[in-house]
Amino acid sequence: MKMPSRPTFLRGLGAALLATAIALPAAAQQQPAAPASSTIDAIRARGTLVCGVNTGLAGFAQPDSQGVWRGFDVDYCRAVAAALLGDANKVRYVPATAQARFTALQSGEVDILARNTTWTLSRDTSLGFDFAAITFFDGQGFMVKRSLGVNNAAQLDGATICVQPGTTTEQNLTDWARANRIRFTPVVIERLEDNINAYLAGRCDAYTTDVSGLAATRAVQANPNDHVILPEVISKEPLGPLVRHGDQRFADLVRWVHFGLVGAEELGITTANVQEMAASDARPEVQRMLGRNGDLGRMLGVDNAWMVNVIRSVGNYGEVFARNLTPIGIQRGPNALWTTPGGLQYAPPFR
Amino acid sequence: MSDATADPRFRRKPPKRPLRLSWADERIRGIFWQIIVVGIVGTIVWWLWSNTAHNLEVRRIATGFGFLHREAGLPIAESLISYEPTDTYLRALTVGVLNTLKVAVIGIVLATIIGTAIGIARLSRNFLVAKIAGFYVEVIRDLPLLLQLLFWYTIMQSLPGPRQAMQPVDGVFLSNRGFKVPALVWENAHTAAALAFVAGIVLTWLYARAARAKRMIDGQPRKVWPAAVALVLGLPILTWQVMGAPWEIDWPALRGFNFRGGLTVSPEFFALLVGLVTYTAAFIAEVVRAGILSVSLGQWEAAQALGLRSGSVLRLIVMPQALRVIIPPMTSNYLNLTKNSSLAVAIGYQDIVSIANTTLNQTGQAIEGIAIIMLVYLTISLSISLFMNWYNARIALVER
Repeated sequence: MKMPSRPTFLRGLGAALLATAIALPAAAQQQPAAPASSTIDAIRARGTLVCGVNTGLAGFAQPDSQGVWRGFDVDYCRAVAAALLGDANKVRYVPATAQARFTALQSGEVDILARNTTWTLSRDTSLGFDFAAITFFDGQGFMVKRSLGVNNAAQLDGATICVQPGTTTEQNLTDWARANRIRFTPVVIERLEDNINAYLAGRCDAYTTDVSGLAATRAVQANPNDHVILPEVISKEPLGPLVRHGDQRFADLVRWVHFGLVGAEELGITTANVQEMAASDARPEVQRMLGRNGDLGRMLGVDNAWMVNVIRSVGNYGEVFARNLTPIGIQRGPNALWTTPGGLQYAPPFR
Repeated sequence: MSDATADPRFRRKPPKRPLRLSWADERIRGIFWQIIVVGIVGTIVWWLWSNTAHNLEVRRIATGFGFLHREAGLPIAESLISYEPTDTYLRALTVGVLNTLKVAVIGIVLATIIGTAIGIARLSRNFLVAKIAGFYVEVIRDLPLLLQLLFWYTIMQSLPGPRQAMQPVDGVFLSNRGFKVPALVWENAHTAAALAFVAGIVLTWLYARAARAKRMIDGQPRKVWPAAVALVLGLPILTWQVMGAPWEIDWPALRGFNFRGGLTVSPEFFALLVGLVTYTAAFIAEVVRAGILSVSLGQWEAAQALGLRSGSVLRLIVMPQALRVIIPPMTSNYLNLTKNSSLAVAIGYQDIVSIANTTLNQTGQAIEGIAIIMLVYLTISLSISLFMNWYNARIALVER
C-alpha cells in the first residue's frame, strides 16, 4: 500500500507497449500501398513482381517437381514481369487461399492477383479492385463419381455437395438450387486440397467449381475415368488478373499484356519466330506491336521491346493455353480467337 | 479472505492528507504518469483509426455494417435455428455463433466429465488403470490439436458410404455422412415434460436444502434420493402421460443419395467435438490430479479416523479443498476449448469464424468481419470467466 502509482504506471506502460505491438504490423502493411498510383515504380525498385496465385491447381498454378511454379495464371505473372522488368523469372509467387486472396491484394502484400478469380460487379466496386481483362471464359459445373450413375445436374436433388467457401461458386450453387428447387447439403472446407479429398473420400456426392478446375482435378486422379463432369454449366465465370483500384497505369499494362498475347496469336507471332519477326516482318501492326515502329511500349510506361520479351518468355495466348490447359483436357471452346466460330478472345488494335 | 475477520484495528481508515501540488506528492506523480500513458495510448488508437479509415477511403473499399442486412446467399449445412440462403448475413452470423456455442457447451461438459474421470484414474491404486490414464494424458497433450482434428475427420471420412452404412442397432446408421439416429417427433407434451424435468431438479435442490437444515437441528440424516427420483423422473413422466403421451419416432431411411429423417450428427461436428474433448480432457485430468494431490494426506487420514467411508471422504473432505486449486486453471481450459473451436474451419464445421470469413470475403469488408469475430469470442470468453470467478468465490473456503 506504499506506492499506488508504481503498479498502475506499470500497467499503463504494459497497455502502451501492447498497443504499439498491434500498431507496428499495421503500419508496416500500410507502407507499400501508400503512393496510390505507383505500383510500377514499386515493382521496378524492388526488381520483382509479387504475384498472388492459387495454392495449387493443376493447369493454373502449381509448383512442379523442382518447385518451379507453372500454369496458366503463372504465365500471366511471368508475362507481366517480362513486359515490365524484361525478365519473366523476376516474379515472387504468393500462394493465397480463396478467402485470403482479396485481403492480400488490398493490403499491398501482392501487386497483382492472377488466381482464377471471377469478375463480378461487387468485387470491381466495393472491394476496391480493377479487373484487367478476361483471360479465361469459364463456367461452374459439377463432378460426380461415375459409380453414382448420375448423368445430369437435375438428378442431384438431396445430394451432399463439396464447395469451397468464400467463392462465387458458393453463391452460384445456392442460386441454382433455389431456381431448380433442389435441396442439397453443403460441405465447406477452406483448403482446396482438403475439399477435393472430402469429395474423393465420399463425404460428398458431388464436387462443384469452375469447369476448368474440375477438369484440372479430374486429370490428376489415378483413374480420371472414374469421375464424370456433368454437362450443365450453371454460371458465367469470367476469370482474369486483377489489381488494386486507383492505379490505372498498372491496370493498363496488365490489360495490354493480355491483348498482346491474344494479338500475337492472331498475327502468328510465336516463341520460335518472335526474334525473326521483330527484325524482318513487313506487316505494320507486327512492327508496332514488337516495337520496331512507333512508341507503344513507352506509352504504357515500359520498354518498346516489351512484347518481344513477353512472347520470348511465354509465347502467345494459344501457346500458353496449349502448354498448360490442353494437357489436362480443357478445350479452347469460348477461349478460341474471335475468328473461330464460338471464340471470344479478341484484342483491340495495336496502334 | 483472512483480513475480513482480522484485527479490527486494520479496519480503521488512514488519516486524510491534503493533496499538495508538488512532485514530492506521490498521488500527483501518479496522476501525471496516468495522464501521459492514457495520452500515448489514445494517440496511437486515434492514429490507427484515422489511418485505416483514410486508406479504406483511398482504395474505395466499402465500410460500415450495412452489409449485415443484405442477403447472404451462402449455404450452411447445420443450424440450430431455421436458416435459408435467402436470409441476411446477420442471421447467417447468428447461426455461426450458435454453432460455436453448441460445440463449446457440449465440449466443456464432456471434457469436464472425462477429464475428471481420467484425473482420478491416474491416481488409482490399480497399476493398469493408472498407467493407461497416464499414457492417455502424455500422448494426447503432446500432439497438436489441428493434427488431431484432421485425424478424427479422416477417420469419419473413411467410414463406408451411405448405401453401405453400418447399422449397429436398428435405426442407427454410421456412414461417412455422419451418424443417423431415430428422432422423436417433438410435440408440446415433450416441451412440458422438459420443463417438468427442470422443475423437478429445482424442487429436489430445495428439498435437499430443507433436509440439511433440519439435520442441523436434530442431527438425523434424511434420505433425499427417493424424493429426488420422484421429482426428477416421476414429474416429467406424469406430465407427459397427462398430455396424451405422444410417442412418434422419425426413423432415418435411405432415400436417393442420402438418409432422410431422423437426427444427424455430422462428421464435421463429431470430429471437432471428439478432437476438442479428448484434447482438453487431457489437460483437465492433470488439473484434477494436481487438485487432489494438493490436499494433504493428513486430511484423508483424519477423515477416515472419523469413520467416514472412502466415497464420503472424497466428496465431503477432499473435493471441497481440491476445488479451490482446480477451479482457476479449469477456467483457462474452458476458455481454451472455446477458442480452439475456431479450428473448425480446417474440417468444414461452420462456426462463427467460418461464416464470418466467408462473409468478409463476399462483402470484402475484412475489418468489420474480424471485429465481429473478436467481439463474439470476447463476449463468450468473458462470460465463462465471470461465471467461473463467481463460482470460485462461492466455493472458496472461508479461513478463520
